[in-house]
Amino acid sequence: MKTTLIYSCALALAVTLTATGCRHKPGHVTPLPAGMTPPPAESTLPTLPPGPTMGTTGETSTSTGIPMGGQGLYDNMIQDRAALAAYTIHFAFDSAVIRSSEQSSLQSVASALAADPNTKLLVEGNCDERGTEEYNRALGERRALAAREALVKLNVDPMRVFTRSYGKDKPADPGHDESAWQKNRRDDFVLLHPKP
Amino acid sequence: MKMKNCLKIHLPFLLAMFMANFAFGQGEQAPIQIIHSADSFGQKPIPVSLDGFSGEVADVLKFDLYVQGFSFVASDAAQYQISGSAGASVTGSVTDKLARKVLLSNSYTGTSLRRQAHAFANDIVFAITGKKGIGLTKIAFKAQSPSGAGEIYVSDFDGHDAQPVTHDNAIVSRPSWMPGRLALYYNSYKLENPDIFFSDLSTGQRRVVASYGGSNFSPSASPDGSKLTMILSKDGRPDVYVCNADGSNVKRLTTGIEDSSPCWSPDGQWICFATKINGRRLLAKVPAAGGAVQVIHTAGAPNPTEPDWSPDGKWIAFTSQTSEFDICVVPADGSASPTLLVAGENPSWSSNSRTLVFNHSVGYRQTLSVLDVFTKQVKDVSRIAGSDSEPAWRKD
Repeated sequence: MKTTLIYSCALALAVTLTATGCRHKPGHVTPLPAGMTPPPAESTLPTLPPGPTMGTTGETSTSTGIPMGGQGLYDNMIQDRAALAAYTIHFAFDSAVIRSSEQSSLQSVASALAADPNTKLLVEGNCDERGTEEYNRALGERRALAAREALVKLNVDPMRVFTRSYGKDKPADPGHDESAWQKNRRDDFVLLHPKP
Repeated sequence: MKMKNCLKIHLPFLLAMFMANFAFGQGEQAPIQIIHSADSFGQKPIPVSLDGFSGEVADVLKFDLYVQGFSFVASDAAQYQISGSAGASVTGSVTDKLARKVLLSNSYTGTSLRRQAHAFANDIVFAITGKKGIGLTKIAFKAQSPSGAGEIYVSDFDGHDAQPVTHDNAIVSRPSWMPGRLALYYNSYKLENPDIFFSDLSTGQRRVVASYGGSNFSPSASPDGSKLTMILSKDGRPDVYVCNADGSNVKRLTTGIEDSSPCWSPDGQWICFATKINGRRLLAKVPAAGGAVQVIHTAGAPNPTEPDWSPDGKWIAFTSQTSEFDICVVPADGSASPTLLVAGENPSWSSNSRTLVFNHSVGYRQTLSVLDVFTKQVKDVSRIAGSDSEPAWRKD
Protein backbone atom coordinates (compact mmCIF):
# COMPACT_ATOMS: atom_id res chain seq x y z
CA MET A 1 0.00 0.00 0.00
CA LYS A 2 2.68 2.42 1.12
CA THR A 3 4.96 1.33 -1.70
CA THR A 4 2.25 1.98 -4.25
CA LEU A 5 1.65 5.42 -2.80
CA ILE A 6 5.34 6.27 -2.87
CA TYR A 7 5.68 5.14 -6.47
CA SER A 8 2.67 7.15 -7.53
CA CYS A 9 3.99 10.18 -5.69
CA ALA A 10 7.34 9.77 -7.41
CA LEU A 11 5.62 9.58 -10.76
CA ALA A 12 3.56 12.67 -9.98
CA LEU A 13 6.69 14.49 -8.92
CA ALA A 14 8.57 13.54 -12.05
CA VAL A 15 5.69 14.63 -14.25
CA THR A 16 5.37 17.94 -12.38
CA LEU A 17 9.07 18.73 -12.65
CA THR A 18 9.22 17.82 -16.32
CA ALA A 19 6.14 19.92 -17.07
CA THR A 20 7.61 22.88 -15.18
CA GLY A 21 10.65 22.74 -17.40
CA CYS A 22 13.72 24.92 -17.16
CA ARG A 23 12.99 28.39 -15.91
CA HIS A 24 16.59 29.50 -15.89
CA LYS A 25 17.64 31.30 -19.03
CA PRO A 26 20.79 29.57 -20.26
CA GLY A 27 23.80 31.56 -21.34
CA HIS A 28 23.53 34.17 -18.60
CA VAL A 29 26.83 35.89 -17.76
CA THR A 30 27.71 36.88 -14.20
CA PRO A 31 30.39 39.58 -13.98
CA LEU A 32 32.28 39.35 -10.70
CA PRO A 33 33.24 42.33 -8.60
CA ALA A 34 36.90 42.69 -7.71
CA GLY A 35 38.15 40.77 -4.69
CA MET A 36 38.87 42.33 -1.37
CA THR A 37 41.74 44.77 -1.63
CA PRO A 38 44.56 44.36 0.87
CA PRO A 39 44.03 46.38 4.02
CA PRO A 40 46.02 49.60 3.88
CA ALA A 41 48.82 50.07 6.38
CA GLU A 42 47.41 50.87 9.77
CA SER A 43 47.52 54.36 11.03
CA THR A 44 49.26 55.07 14.30
CA LEU A 45 47.27 54.29 17.40
CA PRO A 46 45.53 57.15 19.06
CA THR A 47 46.40 57.87 22.65
CA LEU A 48 44.62 55.51 24.98
CA PRO A 49 41.66 56.86 26.85
CA PRO A 50 42.47 56.98 30.57
CA GLY A 51 41.27 53.91 32.41
CA PRO A 52 38.69 54.39 35.10
CA THR A 53 40.11 55.11 38.52
CA MET A 54 38.57 53.44 41.49
CA GLY A 55 38.32 54.51 45.10
CA THR A 56 41.32 53.78 47.29
CA THR A 57 39.58 51.85 50.03
CA GLY A 58 40.11 48.14 49.73
CA GLU A 59 36.86 46.26 49.55
CA THR A 60 37.36 42.87 51.17
CA SER A 61 34.23 41.08 49.98
CA THR A 62 35.23 38.64 47.29
CA SER A 63 31.74 37.52 46.34
CA THR A 64 32.04 39.40 43.06
CA GLY A 65 35.71 40.37 43.20
CA ILE A 66 37.79 43.30 44.41
CA PRO A 67 37.72 46.16 41.85
CA MET A 68 40.99 47.07 40.17
CA GLY A 69 42.47 50.44 39.31
CA GLY A 70 42.84 51.52 35.69
CA GLN A 71 45.89 50.80 33.53
CA GLY A 72 46.74 54.50 33.75
CA LEU A 73 47.80 53.93 37.36
CA TYR A 74 50.78 51.78 36.36
CA ASP A 75 51.43 51.81 32.64
CA ASN A 76 54.29 54.31 32.93
CA MET A 77 56.03 52.50 35.78
CA ILE A 78 59.29 50.61 35.39
CA GLN A 79 58.99 46.84 35.46
CA ASP A 80 61.40 44.92 37.65
CA ARG A 81 61.00 41.26 36.71
CA ALA A 82 64.00 40.06 38.71
CA ALA A 83 63.06 41.40 42.16
CA LEU A 84 60.29 38.89 42.86
CA ALA A 85 61.25 36.13 40.40
CA ALA A 86 62.03 33.77 43.27
CA TYR A 87 58.44 33.97 44.50
CA THR A 88 56.61 32.69 41.41
CA ILE A 89 53.76 30.46 42.62
CA HIS A 90 52.40 27.34 40.91
CA PHE A 91 48.97 25.76 40.60
CA ALA A 92 47.38 22.35 40.23
CA PHE A 93 45.93 21.40 36.83
CA ASP A 94 42.86 23.48 35.90
CA SER A 95 42.87 25.13 39.33
CA ALA A 96 43.14 28.72 40.52
CA VAL A 97 43.27 27.73 44.19
CA ILE A 98 46.41 28.90 45.97
CA ARG A 99 48.09 26.00 47.75
CA SER A 100 49.15 26.49 51.36
CA SER A 101 52.73 25.72 50.32
CA GLU A 102 52.73 28.99 48.35
CA GLN A 103 51.87 31.19 51.37
CA SER A 104 55.51 31.96 52.19
CA SER A 105 56.11 33.24 48.65
CA LEU A 106 53.03 35.45 48.90
CA GLN A 107 54.23 36.72 52.29
CA SER A 108 57.57 37.64 50.69
CA VAL A 109 55.78 39.54 47.91
CA ALA A 110 53.64 41.35 50.49
CA SER A 111 56.78 42.26 52.50
CA ALA A 112 58.50 43.68 49.41
CA LEU A 113 55.47 45.91 48.76
CA ALA A 114 55.36 46.96 52.43
CA ALA A 115 59.06 47.86 52.33
CA ASP A 116 58.54 50.48 49.61
CA PRO A 117 55.14 52.18 49.51
CA ASN A 118 55.96 53.74 46.12
CA THR A 119 56.00 50.35 44.42
CA LYS A 120 53.08 48.57 42.83
CA LEU A 121 52.67 44.99 41.65
CA LEU A 122 51.73 43.29 38.41
CA VAL A 123 50.59 39.67 38.75
CA GLU A 124 50.82 37.67 35.51
CA GLY A 125 48.66 34.53 35.39
CA ASN A 126 49.67 31.66 33.09
CA CYS A 127 48.42 28.20 32.12
CA ASP A 128 49.79 24.99 30.69
CA GLU A 129 48.93 24.16 27.09
CA ARG A 130 45.98 21.91 27.95
CA GLY A 131 42.59 23.63 27.87
CA THR A 132 41.11 25.73 25.10
CA GLU A 133 42.60 29.14 24.31
CA GLU A 134 39.98 31.54 25.65
CA TYR A 135 39.19 29.26 28.60
CA ASN A 136 42.87 29.37 29.51
CA ARG A 137 42.94 33.13 29.15
CA ALA A 138 40.18 33.29 31.78
CA LEU A 139 41.89 30.63 33.93
CA GLY A 140 45.19 32.58 33.89
CA GLU A 141 43.29 35.70 34.97
CA ARG A 142 41.63 33.79 37.80
CA ARG A 143 45.05 32.62 38.97
CA ALA A 144 46.37 36.20 38.96
CA LEU A 145 43.27 37.47 40.77
CA ALA A 146 43.56 34.68 43.38
CA ALA A 147 47.06 35.89 44.25
CA ARG A 148 45.78 39.48 44.38
CA GLU A 149 43.04 38.48 46.83
CA ALA A 150 45.55 36.54 48.93
CA LEU A 151 47.81 39.60 49.04
CA VAL A 152 44.89 41.78 50.13
CA LYS A 153 44.40 39.36 53.04
CA LEU A 154 48.05 40.08 53.87
CA ASN A 155 47.12 43.79 54.14
CA VAL A 156 48.29 44.84 50.68
CA ASP A 157 46.18 47.69 49.27
CA PRO A 158 44.30 46.20 46.26
CA MET A 159 44.77 49.49 44.39
CA ARG A 160 48.49 48.68 44.23
CA VAL A 161 47.98 45.28 42.58
CA PHE A 162 47.11 44.74 38.91
CA THR A 163 46.57 41.52 37.01
CA ARG A 164 47.13 40.28 33.50
CA SER A 165 46.53 36.87 31.94
CA TYR A 166 48.70 35.35 29.24
CA GLY A 167 46.61 32.19 28.97
CA LYS A 168 48.85 29.53 27.45
CA ASP A 169 50.73 32.01 25.24
CA LYS A 170 53.76 32.61 27.50
CA PRO A 171 55.00 29.27 28.82
CA ALA A 172 58.01 29.26 31.13
CA ASP A 173 58.98 25.90 29.64
CA PRO A 174 58.17 25.16 25.98
CA GLY A 175 58.03 21.38 26.62
CA HIS A 176 54.96 19.21 26.20
CA ASP A 177 55.11 17.00 29.31
CA GLU A 178 54.00 17.16 32.93
CA SER A 179 57.34 18.59 34.04
CA ALA A 180 56.88 21.55 31.67
CA TRP A 181 53.17 21.88 32.46
CA GLN A 182 53.90 22.16 36.21
CA LYS A 183 56.25 25.06 35.57
CA ASN A 184 53.78 26.78 33.26
CA ARG A 185 50.76 26.79 35.62
CA ARG A 186 51.97 29.85 37.49
CA ASP A 187 51.72 33.45 38.63
CA ASP A 188 54.77 35.63 37.99
CA PHE A 189 55.16 38.73 40.16
CA VAL A 190 56.55 41.89 38.56
CA LEU A 191 57.53 44.75 40.88
CA LEU A 192 56.65 48.20 39.50
CA HIS A 193 58.79 51.22 40.41
CA PRO A 194 57.81 54.82 39.77
CA LYS A 195 59.86 56.60 37.11
CA PRO A 196 62.65 58.60 38.74
CA MET B 1 20.10 0.98 -9.03
CA LYS B 2 19.13 4.26 -10.56
CA MET B 3 15.53 3.96 -9.40
CA LYS B 4 16.65 3.10 -5.88
CA ASN B 5 18.85 6.16 -5.84
CA CYS B 6 16.04 8.42 -6.94
CA LEU B 7 13.70 7.06 -4.30
CA LYS B 8 16.28 7.52 -1.59
CA ILE B 9 16.92 11.07 -2.67
CA HIS B 10 13.32 12.14 -2.64
CA LEU B 11 12.34 10.28 0.50
CA PRO B 12 11.95 13.39 2.67
CA PHE B 13 9.65 14.92 0.06
CA LEU B 14 7.64 11.74 -0.35
CA LEU B 15 7.46 11.36 3.40
CA ALA B 16 6.12 14.89 3.68
CA MET B 17 3.50 14.16 0.99
CA PHE B 18 2.58 10.89 2.65
CA MET B 19 2.24 12.60 6.03
CA ALA B 20 0.24 15.43 4.51
CA ASN B 21 -2.14 12.86 3.04
CA PHE B 22 -2.33 11.12 6.37
CA ALA B 23 -2.97 14.39 8.18
CA PHE B 24 -5.73 15.43 5.81
CA GLY B 25 -7.26 12.00 6.22
CA GLN B 26 -7.33 12.35 9.98
CA GLY B 27 -8.64 15.90 10.06
CA GLU B 28 -7.25 18.77 12.15
CA GLN B 29 -6.78 16.76 15.28
CA ALA B 30 -4.00 14.65 13.77
CA PRO B 31 -0.69 15.38 15.47
CA ILE B 32 1.95 16.92 13.24
CA GLN B 33 5.10 14.83 13.33
CA ILE B 34 8.17 16.97 13.77
CA ILE B 35 11.35 15.33 12.56
CA HIS B 36 13.76 15.05 15.47
CA SER B 37 16.75 17.33 15.17
CA ALA B 38 19.24 14.55 15.88
CA ASP B 39 18.20 13.08 12.51
CA SER B 40 19.99 16.01 10.89
CA PHE B 41 23.35 14.38 11.42
CA GLY B 42 24.74 11.51 9.39
CA GLN B 43 23.05 12.71 6.21
CA LYS B 44 24.16 11.23 2.92
CA PRO B 45 25.84 13.77 0.69
CA ILE B 46 24.11 14.78 -2.56
CA PRO B 47 25.81 12.78 -5.36
CA VAL B 48 26.94 14.91 -8.30
CA SER B 49 29.20 14.33 -11.28
CA LEU B 50 31.71 16.93 -12.37
CA ASP B 51 32.87 16.92 -15.99
CA GLY B 52 34.99 19.20 -18.13
CA PHE B 53 36.91 21.06 -15.43
CA SER B 54 40.53 20.61 -14.43
CA GLY B 55 43.24 22.21 -12.33
CA GLU B 56 42.40 25.06 -9.99
CA VAL B 57 38.80 25.45 -11.15
CA ALA B 58 38.07 21.74 -10.53
CA ASP B 59 39.82 21.97 -7.13
CA VAL B 60 37.75 24.99 -6.08
CA LEU B 61 34.47 23.42 -7.21
CA LYS B 62 35.26 20.16 -5.39
CA PHE B 63 36.34 21.94 -2.20
CA ASP B 64 33.33 24.27 -2.08
CA LEU B 65 30.74 21.60 -2.87
CA TYR B 66 32.27 18.93 -0.59
CA VAL B 67 32.04 21.15 2.51
CA GLN B 68 28.43 22.05 1.67
CA GLY B 69 27.22 18.45 1.59
CA PHE B 70 27.94 17.17 -1.93
CA SER B 71 29.90 14.11 -3.03
CA PHE B 72 31.45 13.29 -6.39
CA VAL B 73 30.42 10.13 -8.21
CA ALA B 74 30.50 8.70 -11.70
CA SER B 75 28.03 10.21 -14.13
CA ASP B 76 25.62 7.25 -14.06
CA ALA B 77 25.30 7.39 -10.26
CA ALA B 78 24.90 11.17 -10.04
CA GLN B 79 21.69 12.90 -9.13
CA TYR B 80 22.93 16.12 -10.66
CA GLN B 81 25.34 16.50 -13.53
CA ILE B 82 27.69 19.47 -13.39
CA SER B 83 29.61 20.15 -16.56
CA GLY B 84 31.37 22.95 -18.31
CA SER B 85 34.78 24.29 -19.10
CA ALA B 86 37.30 26.81 -17.92
CA GLY B 87 39.46 28.37 -20.58
CA ALA B 88 39.70 32.13 -20.35
CA SER B 89 36.62 32.06 -18.11
CA VAL B 90 34.38 29.59 -16.32
CA THR B 91 31.26 28.32 -18.09
CA GLY B 92 29.09 25.63 -16.59
CA SER B 93 25.69 24.04 -16.24
CA VAL B 94 23.79 21.86 -13.78
CA THR B 95 21.31 19.24 -14.92
CA ASP B 96 18.84 17.46 -12.65
CA LYS B 97 19.05 13.96 -14.07
CA LEU B 98 15.79 12.74 -12.55
CA ALA B 99 13.76 15.66 -13.81
CA ARG B 100 15.83 15.89 -17.00
CA LYS B 101 15.94 19.59 -16.41
CA VAL B 102 18.76 22.10 -16.78
CA LEU B 103 18.80 23.98 -13.46
CA LEU B 104 21.59 26.36 -14.30
CA SER B 105 23.63 27.45 -17.28
CA ASN B 106 25.97 30.33 -16.77
CA SER B 107 29.33 31.82 -17.60
CA TYR B 108 31.49 34.07 -15.49
CA THR B 109 33.83 36.93 -16.25
CA GLY B 110 36.19 39.15 -14.32
CA THR B 111 38.81 38.95 -11.55
CA SER B 112 40.28 35.45 -11.45
CA LEU B 113 39.32 31.95 -12.53
CA ARG B 114 39.42 31.07 -8.84
CA ARG B 115 36.72 33.59 -7.93
CA GLN B 116 34.70 32.63 -11.00
CA ALA B 117 34.82 29.01 -9.82
CA HIS B 118 33.66 30.05 -6.33
CA ALA B 119 30.81 32.03 -7.93
CA PHE B 120 29.81 29.02 -10.05
CA ALA B 121 29.92 26.80 -6.92
CA ASN B 122 27.59 29.28 -5.17
CA ASP B 123 25.16 29.10 -8.09
CA ILE B 124 25.29 25.28 -8.06
CA VAL B 125 24.51 25.19 -4.34
CA PHE B 126 21.62 27.62 -4.80
CA ALA B 127 20.22 25.80 -7.84
CA ILE B 128 20.20 22.44 -6.07
CA THR B 129 19.45 23.33 -2.43
CA GLY B 130 17.93 26.80 -2.58
CA LYS B 131 20.53 27.89 0.01
CA LYS B 132 23.07 30.66 -0.49
CA GLY B 133 26.57 29.31 -1.13
CA ILE B 134 29.62 30.19 0.96
CA GLY B 135 32.21 30.12 -1.84
CA LEU B 136 33.05 33.83 -1.73
CA THR B 137 33.08 34.27 2.06
CA LYS B 138 36.00 35.27 4.30
CA ILE B 139 37.47 34.05 7.55
CA ALA B 140 39.68 35.77 10.12
CA PHE B 141 42.07 33.88 12.40
CA LYS B 142 45.25 34.21 14.44
CA ALA B 143 48.60 32.94 13.17
CA GLN B 144 51.04 32.37 16.01
CA SER B 145 54.80 31.82 15.96
CA PRO B 146 56.53 29.50 18.46
CA SER B 147 57.44 32.58 20.55
CA GLY B 148 53.74 33.09 21.30
CA ALA B 149 53.53 36.32 19.32
CA GLY B 150 51.43 36.41 16.17
CA GLU B 151 49.18 38.39 13.87
CA ILE B 152 45.51 38.50 12.93
CA TYR B 153 44.91 37.39 9.33
CA VAL B 154 41.97 37.39 6.95
CA SER B 155 41.64 35.04 3.98
CA ASP B 156 39.13 33.38 1.69
CA PHE B 157 37.27 30.68 3.62
CA ASP B 158 39.48 28.03 2.00
CA GLY B 159 42.65 29.79 3.23
CA HIS B 160 43.62 31.39 -0.08
CA ASP B 161 44.55 35.05 -0.44
CA ALA B 162 45.60 35.34 3.22
CA GLN B 163 46.54 38.86 4.31
CA PRO B 164 47.76 40.08 7.68
CA VAL B 165 45.52 42.61 9.42
CA THR B 166 48.08 43.39 12.13
CA HIS B 167 51.84 43.91 11.91
CA ASP B 168 52.56 44.05 15.63
CA ASN B 169 54.50 40.88 16.50
CA ALA B 170 52.39 40.71 19.66
CA ILE B 171 50.23 38.05 21.30
CA VAL B 172 46.79 38.23 19.68
CA SER B 173 43.57 36.27 20.05
CA ARG B 174 39.91 35.81 19.17
CA PRO B 175 39.12 37.90 16.09
CA SER B 176 35.41 38.66 15.69
CA TRP B 177 33.85 40.24 12.57
CA MET B 178 31.79 43.37 12.90
CA PRO B 179 28.61 42.50 10.94
CA GLY B 180 27.83 44.71 7.98
CA ARG B 181 31.36 46.07 7.75
CA LEU B 182 34.78 44.87 6.69
CA ALA B 183 36.03 45.27 10.24
CA LEU B 184 37.22 43.14 13.15
CA TYR B 185 37.47 43.15 16.91
CA TYR B 186 40.33 41.18 18.44
CA ASN B 187 42.44 40.94 21.56
CA SER B 188 46.05 42.12 21.37
CA TYR B 189 48.93 42.58 23.82
CA LYS B 190 50.48 45.23 21.56
CA LEU B 191 50.35 47.79 24.37
CA GLU B 192 51.53 45.09 26.84
CA ASN B 193 48.21 44.61 28.58
CA PRO B 194 45.60 42.38 26.91
CA ASP B 195 43.24 44.96 25.40
CA ILE B 196 40.44 44.81 22.84
CA PHE B 197 41.07 46.49 19.49
CA PHE B 198 38.83 47.37 16.56
CA SER B 199 40.31 47.48 13.05
CA ASP B 200 38.46 48.77 10.00
CA LEU B 201 40.03 46.82 7.12
CA SER B 202 38.72 49.17 4.45
CA THR B 203 40.40 52.25 5.92
CA GLY B 204 43.22 50.75 7.99
CA GLN B 205 42.02 52.71 11.01
CA ARG B 206 42.09 51.03 14.37
CA ARG B 207 41.45 51.94 17.94
CA VAL B 208 41.29 50.46 21.40
CA VAL B 209 37.76 49.76 22.58
CA ALA B 210 38.50 48.18 25.99
CA SER B 211 41.65 48.74 28.05
CA TYR B 212 40.54 48.52 31.64
CA GLY B 213 42.78 47.49 34.50
CA GLY B 214 43.16 43.72 34.53
CA SER B 215 42.59 41.68 31.36
CA ASN B 216 40.31 42.56 28.42
CA PHE B 217 39.70 39.67 26.03
CA SER B 218 37.31 37.37 24.09
CA PRO B 219 35.44 40.06 22.09
CA SER B 220 32.34 39.09 20.11
CA ALA B 221 30.25 41.54 18.06
CA SER B 222 26.45 41.38 18.21
CA PRO B 223 24.63 40.22 15.05
CA ASP B 224 23.41 43.76 14.28
CA GLY B 225 26.86 45.25 14.96
CA SER B 226 25.57 47.62 17.64
CA LYS B 227 27.04 45.87 20.68
CA LEU B 228 30.08 43.97 21.87
CA THR B 229 30.41 41.27 24.51
CA MET B 230 33.75 40.40 26.11
CA ILE B 231 35.50 39.19 29.24
CA LEU B 232 36.82 41.88 31.60
CA SER B 233 38.42 41.48 35.02
CA LYS B 234 38.35 45.14 36.07
CA ASP B 235 35.92 44.39 38.88
CA GLY B 236 38.04 41.57 40.29
CA ARG B 237 36.69 38.53 38.41
CA PRO B 238 36.84 37.53 34.75
CA ASP B 239 33.15 37.97 33.88
CA VAL B 240 30.96 38.55 30.84
CA TYR B 241 30.37 42.22 30.00
CA VAL B 242 28.44 43.95 27.25
CA CYS B 243 28.99 47.42 25.82
CA ASN B 244 28.21 49.54 22.77
CA ALA B 245 30.15 48.86 19.57
CA ASP B 246 32.54 51.75 20.36
CA GLY B 247 33.27 50.42 23.87
CA SER B 248 31.02 52.85 25.73
CA ASN B 249 28.33 51.99 28.27
CA VAL B 250 30.00 48.91 29.75
CA LYS B 251 27.74 46.67 31.78
CA ARG B 252 28.59 43.52 33.73
CA LEU B 253 26.27 40.62 32.90
CA THR B 254 27.60 37.75 35.02
CA THR B 255 29.31 37.11 38.34
CA GLY B 256 30.04 33.41 37.78
CA ILE B 257 33.24 31.88 39.00
CA GLU B 258 34.63 30.57 35.71
CA ASP B 259 33.03 32.50 32.87
CA SER B 260 34.69 32.54 29.45
CA SER B 261 34.23 32.80 25.66
CA PRO B 262 30.92 34.65 25.21
CA CYS B 263 29.01 34.68 21.88
CA TRP B 264 25.63 36.01 20.70
CA SER B 265 22.36 34.37 19.71
CA PRO B 266 21.50 35.43 16.13
CA ASP B 267 18.51 37.47 17.35
CA GLY B 268 20.85 39.43 19.65
CA GLN B 269 18.72 38.59 22.70
CA TRP B 270 21.11 36.18 24.42
CA ILE B 271 24.77 35.82 25.19
CA CYS B 272 25.99 32.23 25.47
CA PHE B 273 29.18 31.50 27.41
CA ALA B 274 31.12 28.78 29.19
CA THR B 275 30.87 28.67 32.98
CA LYS B 276 30.96 26.44 36.03
CA ILE B 277 27.90 25.88 38.21
CA ASN B 278 27.84 23.58 41.26
CA GLY B 279 31.24 22.19 40.34
CA ARG B 280 30.31 21.28 36.76
CA ARG B 281 31.55 23.05 33.66
CA LEU B 282 28.61 23.98 31.46
CA LEU B 283 27.36 26.25 28.73
CA ALA B 284 24.86 28.87 29.83
CA LYS B 285 23.08 31.89 28.41
CA VAL B 286 22.17 35.25 29.88
CA PRO B 287 19.86 37.91 28.40
CA ALA B 288 22.01 40.52 26.63
CA ALA B 289 20.01 43.19 28.47
CA GLY B 290 20.84 41.52 31.80
CA GLY B 291 18.95 38.92 33.80
CA ALA B 292 19.05 35.38 35.10
CA VAL B 293 21.60 32.87 33.77
CA GLN B 294 20.09 29.73 32.20
CA VAL B 295 21.95 26.48 31.66
CA ILE B 296 22.17 25.06 28.12
CA HIS B 297 21.76 21.29 27.88
CA THR B 298 25.12 19.74 26.91
CA ALA B 299 25.08 16.55 29.02
CA GLY B 300 27.34 13.91 27.49
CA ALA B 301 29.88 16.43 26.17
CA PRO B 302 32.24 17.16 29.10
CA ASN B 303 33.87 20.53 29.74
CA PRO B 304 32.18 22.60 27.03
CA THR B 305 33.83 25.90 26.03
CA GLU B 306 33.97 28.21 22.98
CA PRO B 307 30.28 28.17 21.99
CA ASP B 308 29.19 29.61 18.65
CA TRP B 309 25.48 30.00 17.85
CA SER B 310 24.40 29.18 14.27
CA PRO B 311 22.98 32.07 12.20
CA ASP B 312 19.65 30.22 11.80
CA GLY B 313 19.38 30.01 15.60
CA LYS B 314 19.02 26.23 15.69
CA TRP B 315 22.43 25.03 16.83
CA ILE B 316 25.25 25.80 19.20
CA ALA B 317 28.66 24.45 18.22
CA PHE B 318 31.28 24.19 20.96
CA THR B 319 34.47 22.45 22.03
CA SER B 320 34.26 19.53 24.45
CA GLN B 321 37.41 18.59 26.34
CA THR B 322 38.20 15.06 27.46
CA SER B 323 41.67 13.65 26.82
CA GLU B 324 41.42 15.58 23.55
CA PHE B 325 39.32 18.38 22.11
CA ASP B 326 36.23 17.62 20.04
CA ILE B 327 33.85 19.75 18.01
CA CYS B 328 30.27 19.18 19.16
CA VAL B 329 26.90 20.56 18.09
CA VAL B 330 23.77 20.74 20.24
CA PRO B 331 20.28 22.09 19.45
CA ALA B 332 20.10 25.56 21.00
CA ASP B 333 16.67 24.75 22.44
CA GLY B 334 17.99 21.72 24.33
CA SER B 335 15.71 19.31 22.42
CA ALA B 336 18.45 16.71 21.87
CA SER B 337 21.81 15.66 23.25
CA PRO B 338 25.04 17.02 21.79
CA THR B 339 26.51 15.28 18.76
CA LEU B 340 30.28 14.82 18.68
CA LEU B 341 31.59 15.49 15.18
CA VAL B 342 35.39 15.56 14.81
CA ALA B 343 38.51 16.31 16.85
CA GLY B 344 39.14 20.06 17.01
CA GLU B 345 38.61 23.38 18.78
CA ASN B 346 37.16 26.85 18.23
CA PRO B 347 34.22 26.13 15.90
CA SER B 348 32.75 29.10 13.97
CA TRP B 349 29.63 28.83 11.80
CA SER B 350 29.38 30.04 8.25
CA SER B 351 26.29 31.90 7.06
CA ASN B 352 24.72 28.64 5.81
CA SER B 353 24.36 27.24 9.37
CA ARG B 354 25.84 23.90 8.26
CA THR B 355 29.54 24.47 7.58
CA LEU B 356 31.98 25.17 10.44
CA VAL B 357 35.58 26.35 10.38
CA PHE B 358 37.69 25.14 13.32
CA ASN B 359 41.29 24.42 14.29
CA HIS B 360 42.90 21.14 15.25
CA SER B 361 46.38 20.04 16.19
CA VAL B 362 48.92 18.60 13.79
CA GLY B 363 51.88 17.79 15.98
CA TYR B 364 52.19 20.80 18.28
CA ARG B 365 50.82 23.24 15.72
CA GLN B 366 47.24 24.19 15.01
CA THR B 367 45.78 24.17 11.53
CA LEU B 368 42.37 25.19 10.16
CA SER B 369 39.76 22.92 8.60
CA VAL B 370 36.18 23.29 7.42
CA LEU B 371 33.48 20.78 8.29
CA ASP B 372 30.01 20.15 6.89
CA VAL B 373 28.30 19.16 10.15
CA PHE B 374 25.43 17.20 8.56
CA THR B 375 27.63 14.88 6.46
CA LYS B 376 30.82 15.20 8.59
CA GLN B 377 32.79 15.92 5.44
CA VAL B 378 36.04 17.78 6.29
CA LYS B 379 38.62 19.63 4.20
CA ASP B 380 41.84 21.21 5.42
CA VAL B 381 42.28 24.91 4.81
CA SER B 382 45.65 25.78 3.32
CA ARG B 383 48.05 26.65 6.11
CA ILE B 384 49.20 30.24 6.29
CA ALA B 385 52.06 30.59 8.73
CA GLY B 386 53.00 29.11 12.08
CA SER B 387 50.10 27.86 14.16
CA ASP B 388 46.68 28.95 12.86
CA SER B 389 43.73 29.02 15.26
CA GLU B 390 40.64 30.83 16.58
CA PRO B 391 38.99 31.20 13.16
CA ALA B 392 35.94 33.48 12.78
CA TRP B 393 33.72 33.12 9.73
CA ARG B 394 32.38 36.33 8.24
CA LYS B 395 28.61 35.98 8.03
CA ASP B 396 27.92 38.64 5.38
